[in-house]
Amino acid sequence: MTQRPHIRVELLSNPIYLSGARELVGSVSRRLGFDDLQCSKIALAVDEALCNIIRHGYNRQPDKPIWISIWPDVTEPQPLGIRLVIEDEARQVDPSTLKGRALDDIRPGGLGVHIIREVMDEVTFAKRNGKGMRLTMVKHAPHTACTRKKPAQDAKGSP
Amino acid sequence: MVSPEGDIDMHRSPEFRNVLRGVNEKKPKRLIINLEKVGYMDSSGLATLVECMRTAKNNKTEMILCGMNDRVRAIFEIARLDQFFIIVPTVDDIAV
Repeated sequence: MTQRPHIRVELLSNPIYLSGARELVGSVSRRLGFDDLQCSKIALAVDEALCNIIRHGYNRQPDKPIWISIWPDVTEPQPLGIRLVIEDEARQVDPSTLKGRALDDIRPGGLGVHIIREVMDEVTFAKRNGKGMRLTMVKHAPHTACTRKKPAQDAKGSP
Repeated sequence: MVSPEGDIDMHRSPEFRNVLRGVNEKKPKRLIINLEKVGYMDSSGLATLVECMRTAKNNKTEMILCGMNDRVRAIFEIARLDQFFIIVPTVDDIAV
């Protein structure tokens, strides 16, 4: 994705800011045509991604950078939706090892990747150049939103 | 009965875990967790409840969850844990 993000936020790896990230993602998702439950699930996926970075990537150090970038997804012929990229400077891991655990193994923890993959339509983990990881997530909007004006073309703005 | 309020996420679940551990130490016959004032829960909240459920089972405590909104219930369903817990719609649906 080379196009400039419509929203780009930098936050520190402190769990106190998770609620703010959820509010942002939920609000933008709503504007892009998702219903309340879908908005909550998208915010949940972002929350889980941030928690994994804080917990595993940065070993709970609260002062490390995380970037959230957001685009409306208008890739034809896909319907409208949302594309989110979450980047960090945490230790790099082999993306193929990032899998959700078996759900019949009922125990605390380890559900984040499963939740992300369950909620989002496209999920890609990759190493960034230099250091850190990049998580790209796409959620296609429900069909009812396809008739809405594409936000990227809404240059003059509308309420 | 335990009635947490607000969002239960990575920031707040340690406090919730401490409350539940304190209750479980008393080994009650029944533990009701009323989630009607919880607007949001992530997997750290879910993990806290799984840990609580394990302790409750060991103590032979009956643990019941109630009052979930759709957003909170969704994470239980995504994690396939809605069958692991006893979940009832409201506190009034719990048999005395």
